[in-house]
Amino acid sequence: MKKVAVIAVSLVLAGPVVADEFTKDDTERWMEQFELVAAEGRRLWTSPEIGTNGVACAQCHPNAANTHPETYPKFQKQLGRVTQLWEMINWCLRNPLEGDELAADDPKMVAMLAYVHKERRGVKLDPGKH
Amino acid sequence: MSNETLNGRRDFLKATTSGVIAGMLPVSLVRLAGAAESDPDFTFAYISDSHIQHIKGNEFVRNWDRGLIRAVAEANLLEPKPDFVVFGGDLAQLGTKAELDHGAEILAGLNYKTRVVMGEHDYYLDLGEYWSDLYGDHYYSWDHKGVHFITLNSILTYDDWTFDRWESPERRMNEMAGLDNPNGSPFMVGDKQLKWLKKDLSKVSRDTPVVVFSHSPLQKIYKGWNFWTEEADDVQAMLKPFKKVNVIYGHVHQIQYNQIDKIAFTSVMSTAWPWPYPESYAQAESHLPILTVPMNRADPFNERDATGWQFMNMHTGRVDLEFNLYNNSNRTIAFNRDKGHPEDVTFSDAKTRTPAQSHF
Repeated sequence: MKKVAVIAVSLVLAGPVVADEFTKDDTERWMEQFELVAAEGRRLWTSPEIGTNGVACAQCHPNAANTHPETYPKFQKQLGRVTQLWEMINWCLRNPLEGDELAADDPKMVAMLAYVHKERRGVKLDPGKH
Repeated sequence: MSNETLNGRRDFLKATTSGVIAGMLPVSLVRLAGAAESDPDFTFAYISDSHIQHIKGNEFVRNWDRGLIRAVAEANLLEPKPDFVVFGGDLAQLGTKAELDHGAEILAGLNYKTRVVMGEHDYYLDLGEYWSDLYGDHYYSWDHKGVHFITLNSILTYDDWTFDRWESPERRMNEMAGLDNPNGSPFMVGDKQLKWLKKDLSKVSRDTPVVVFSHSPLQKIYKGWNFWTEEADDVQAMLKPFKKVNVIYGHVHQIQYNQIDKIAFTSVMSTAWPWPYPESYAQAESHLPILTVPMNRADPFNERDATGWQFMNMHTGRVDLEFNLYNNSNRTIAFNRDKGHPEDVTFSDAKTRTPAQSHF
């Protein structure tokens, strides 16, 4: 009797949605979300609005080239420590763009990171590389 | 600005930079051994892609200003003096009168006759009208010490893009200013100028050395960033009968050199900022000439890194080129007569190359 009850409980638990039960519709929707954020990142990357002097990220980094997201975290000798890519983006915002830093989780930072990674898709991870 | 103030600024630059520069400038304006041919050697300097950028009022982006100011100051210190200076285009960032005036004022500090090439950033706001007030014809030729020089305006494009697509000149300029902008359009010389070039070349002996200045490469390297000219093949065909042809181009903000038939191609650096090699854009295929030993990957922490200017030794009809790189070892790309193409005098052997010259 007891045994049967245990089985019944586990069946009930398995019935509703479980984390790894997602459909093609879900993955398409999630990718769409990513693409929207990456597109906003591209807009910011090519826009003078992200700094104060009219300079845009894309002026030096067309298609986000020479940003090498696959090599982070890595040692930046000028900062004297291992850093993340967003810290380097902030360095560029402060210096060539003469602007303000963004928090790591600022939606604008997330959008730019999404764009940079999208342009580098397919390249193998190689953390630390110079 | 009055002449008095201009001169004052120039003197200031000389005074503040000469102490540093004197020990640093590679003034190797010597003739190479074995100069047997009769063409006289001479030198000229080449400054390009300063991208002077207006912020507001009398504020301009300091970083880009500094690159051009330094090039002018250093070129003035060359000894022996160059015969002339060429500015290779993209004096301005968005083609405004404020930018062109500010850039022209800095360039006017040069103590030499200056020839100017049209860049797309100078052109697409008013189609070169104000630039013409400053510098005259968009394309022209002249002879100097037995060499025929030609300056082309290679940054034109299809008429429908230029005249029919955009609601304002400002929009048109902004669309062309984005290097990787898919709304841009390929660079062209155009039929009118090709006819002019054909006629101009018909008067030149095939033994006369020819030097062509263009903003965009007259060879096809990567269309996505307009490292490209649509009629490159047509121009090359027109130049093919000449025994010694040298094409010097800006736009790419990086070291490139190549040889196609008898035509030696060499790019020049920007005074403002470097661009990645197209091969470092993972989603595209490019055709960087295999002869090219790349410049160093830029260190973004140094704002003058991978920027600079050039001087050129015109030696028996071929251009030997010295890159004066503000924060990197200088590079010399000389024409190797035995091999029949330009080559880096230090790094041609793969074993001599440095990790910073590998791009990915």
